[in-house]
Amino acid sequence: MNNVLGDKKAIAVLLGPALLVYTVAMLLPVFWSAGYTFLSGNAITGFTFAGLANFEKLFSDPAVGEALWFTIRYAVVITIGQVLLGYMLSLLYVFALKRGSSLIRTLVFFPVVLPTVAVALLFQKMFEIAPQNGLVNSALNAVGIGSIDWLGNGSTAFLVIVIMDLWRSMGFYAVLLYTGLVDIPDDILESARLDGARGLHLIRHIILPLSLPVLLSSIIFSINGTLKVFDSIVALTDGGPGSATTPLTLLMFRTSFTYGDYGYGSSIALLLTILCLIVTLFIFRSSRRDLTKD
Amino acid sequence: MVSVLSRPKARAIAPVIASAGALALLLSGCGAGGGSSAQGSKDFSYLTNVENTTIRGELEALSKDQCAAENKAAPLKVETVPQTSLDQKLQLLAGQNALPVQYAAGNAPALTQDLDKSGNVLDFEKALKDLNISDAILPGAAATIKSLYGGKLNVLPYQYNVEGIWYNKKLFADNGITEPKTWDDFVAAGEKLKTAGVTPLAASGKQGWPLTRLVSGYLFSDLGPDAMKKVADGQAKLTDPEYVKAAQAVADLGAKGYFGQGVGSIDYDTAASQFLSGKAGMFYMGSWILSNFDDKAQNKIGEENIGFMPFPKVSGGKGIDNQYATNVGLPMTFNAKTYDSNASAWLKCIATNYGSTALKDKNSISGFKLNTPVDNIPPLVKSTQETVNNTKESVLWFEALFSTKATTTSQTNAAGLASGSITPQKFMELVQNDLNSK
Repeated sequence: MNNVLGDKKAIAVLLGPALLVYTVAMLLPVFWSAGYTFLSGNAITGFTFAGLANFEKLFSDPAVGEALWFTIRYAVVITIGQVLLGYMLSLLYVFALKRGSSLIRTLVFFPVVLPTVAVALLFQKMFEIAPQNGLVNSALNAVGIGSIDWLGNGSTAFLVIVIMDLWRSMGFYAVLLYTGLVDIPDDILESARLDGARGLHLIRHIILPLSLPVLLSSIIFSINGTLKVFDSIVALTDGGPGSATTPLTLLMFRTSFTYGDYGYGSSIALLLTILCLIVTLFIFRSSRRDLTKD
Repeated sequence: MVSVLSRPKARAIAPVIASAGALALLLSGCGAGGGSSAQGSKDFSYLTNVENTTIRGELEALSKDQCAAENKAAPLKVETVPQTSLDQKLQLLAGQNALPVQYAAGNAPALTQDLDKSGNVLDFEKALKDLNISDAILPGAAATIKSLYGGKLNVLPYQYNVEGIWYNKKLFADNGITEPKTWDDFVAAGEKLKTAGVTPLAASGKQGWPLTRLVSGYLFSDLGPDAMKKVADGQAKLTDPEYVKAAQAVADLGAKGYFGQGVGSIDYDTAASQFLSGKAGMFYMGSWILSNFDDKAQNKIGEENIGFMPFPKVSGGKGIDNQYATNVGLPMTFNAKTYDSNASAWLKCIATNYGSTALKDKNSISGFKLNTPVDNIPPLVKSTQETVNNTKESVLWFEALFSTKATTTSQTNAAGLASGSITPQKFMELVQNDLNSK
C-alpha cells in the first residue's frame, strides 16, 4: 500500500478522475459564476461588462434584504427545531421506549422518504381556506374560532413552512442522534445513576456532553440544508404571499432564469456562498476541539 | 494492481485514459438533456406550455389532414414544458442556438422582444407576404400583436381573445340585477349577490393576473386606453394618485368580501368551477374560457345562463363604450434561424386552415381568417365572435408592457392587494420600483 501511495503517478491515477470531475462540475461553475457578477445580461441578449454595479444593487435592493432576513430566520428556527425535536425523540427512543422503539422510529422517519412536493400538497390541503376549509380550519371552526388564511399571510405562511419542514425532517435527526446515544457506554450511565444522577441532571451532565460530537454533526447538517432551502418552499408557497417567504436561493433562481439577469443572480449566489462560509467557519471555529478524543 | 502499475507504458497512459474517460462521461451527461437541440427543420419541432392542449391538439389534427404533406416532409414533434418553467427553458435553448422551429415565446412580451432582438423570432409580416397570404391574419389581431411588440408582427394569433366579465344570468334575474354599465352599478350588483349568499366575483389570487386585470380595466376606463402606455413611456407612475385609485377600487372589492374568503389560495380551475357551479355570480376572464363553458361536465349552470359584458365604465372616466381588453394568448412564434422551405410550408398550411378547424373542433376563436365557413357554432361562441368583430377600442392588460420582474411582482402581490395584507399604495410602489429598475 505504501508503495502505491508513495508513487506520484499512482496518486495521479487515483485522484485524477475525481479531481477532474470536481474541477469541471464544481470549481469551474463557481468561478464562472463569480465572473458573471461583473456582467449584466443573459444568454439571449448577450453580456456587457457592468463593473461593480451588481454589488451596488445588491446592497440597496430591498428584495435581497427581505430574502436574506427570511433565510436567516428560517435557518435559525428550523435548525433549532430539527435538532431539538430530533434530540428529544432520540432520548425517547433510547431511555423510554428502549427496544420497543423500532415501530415509532419507523413511523417518525417515514416523512423523510416522502417526496417534498407530495408533503407540500398535503400541507396545502391541511391548511386550506378556499375553496373549502382544510383540516386545521375545520378543527378551529369546531371550537368556535374562525378560519385563518394560513398561506395568505406572511407570518402564518412562515409558521406553516416551519411545521411542515420540522415534521418531514425531525425523524432523520432523531435517527442520527439515536446512533450517538446508543454509543454511550452503559457502564457510564449506570455509575452516574449509582451516584444519584437522574432525569434532567443525567441528561445535562452525562448524556449531553457524551453525545456532543453527533449533536454538532447534526447542527452542521441542519444549518447547511436550511440555508440552501428551495424545494419545500417552492412547492408550498412559491415564495409568497408576495415575496414574504422568498429565500435567497429562490430569489437567485428567479433573478437569473425568470428575469434573465445572470449577473445579478450570480451576485445573490455569491452572497449566499459568503453566508454559508461565515456560518461554516463559525461552527468549525467553535468546535475546533475534537470532542471525540476527550 | 501494483504489478499492473509497474509497467511503464501503462503507468504513463493510465491517468490520461482515466481523465479522458471521466471527461467523456461528463460530456455525455451534458449532452443527454439536449433533446430538442439543433433539429433544424428536419422536423417541425414545437415547444409549448403543457397547460394549453388546444393548439397542439389542433396542429396534430391538421398534421393528419390538411397539413399531411407538410407533416410528411417535416413531421410535427411536440415538446411540452410547464408554463412556469417556460422562460427558463427558452433562455437555455436560445443560449445554445437550439430553439425549435415553432415555440411559445415567453410569459411576458419583454422576453419575446429580447428573443426578437437576438434574431430568434420570424418576421411574420414578411413571411406571410412572401407566401402571398398577407390577409391570413385578421386586422384586429394583427393590431393587437403590433401594439405589444413595438409595431412588429412577431407572433401568430392562435387565439384571439376578448376579455370581459361573464355573469350568471339566472342569479342576476333572481336578485333583480341588470347588467351593470358603470363601476358603481357593478359594486351594487356585487352587494346584492353577497347578500344572497353568492360570491360576487370569482377570481384566482394564486395566478394573480385575474385580479390585476381588474386594476387595468379600471385604469383604462378611468384614464383612457393609453393609461398603461404612459406608465411604460415614463410619462406617468403607478404611484400617481389617479393610478393608486384603481388599486384602491380593487382593494375595496376585497375588503367587502366580494372575492370570497382566501382569494390567494384560489387557482384558475377553482375560480372557473365557482362560476360554473353557480357559487359565484361574475367572472372576469378571456374568451378562451369558452371551451370550459362548452364542457357539460364543468358547466352546471348551462351556456344559456351565461352573459358577457365589457368592463364597467368609471363615472366621468375617459374610457369609451365597448372597450375590451384583447390578447392573442400565450404568444407562439417561429424560429427565424430555422425557417426554411419546410417551415414555410407549415406556416402556410397553419395560416390558411387553423382558424376554421380550431373554431369547428374546439370553439376556439383565433386571429386567423376563416377560409372555410363554420356552421353550428354554439350561440355563446357566436356572440363572443361578434363582440370580437365589433370591438371599437381594444386595450392591453396591466402587465402587457412590463418587464418580466415587474410582471412577477404584480401578479404575486395581487392577492395581498385583494385580501388587504398590503395597501394599494404599497402594491403600486412595489411594481413601480421594478419598472424603475428595468
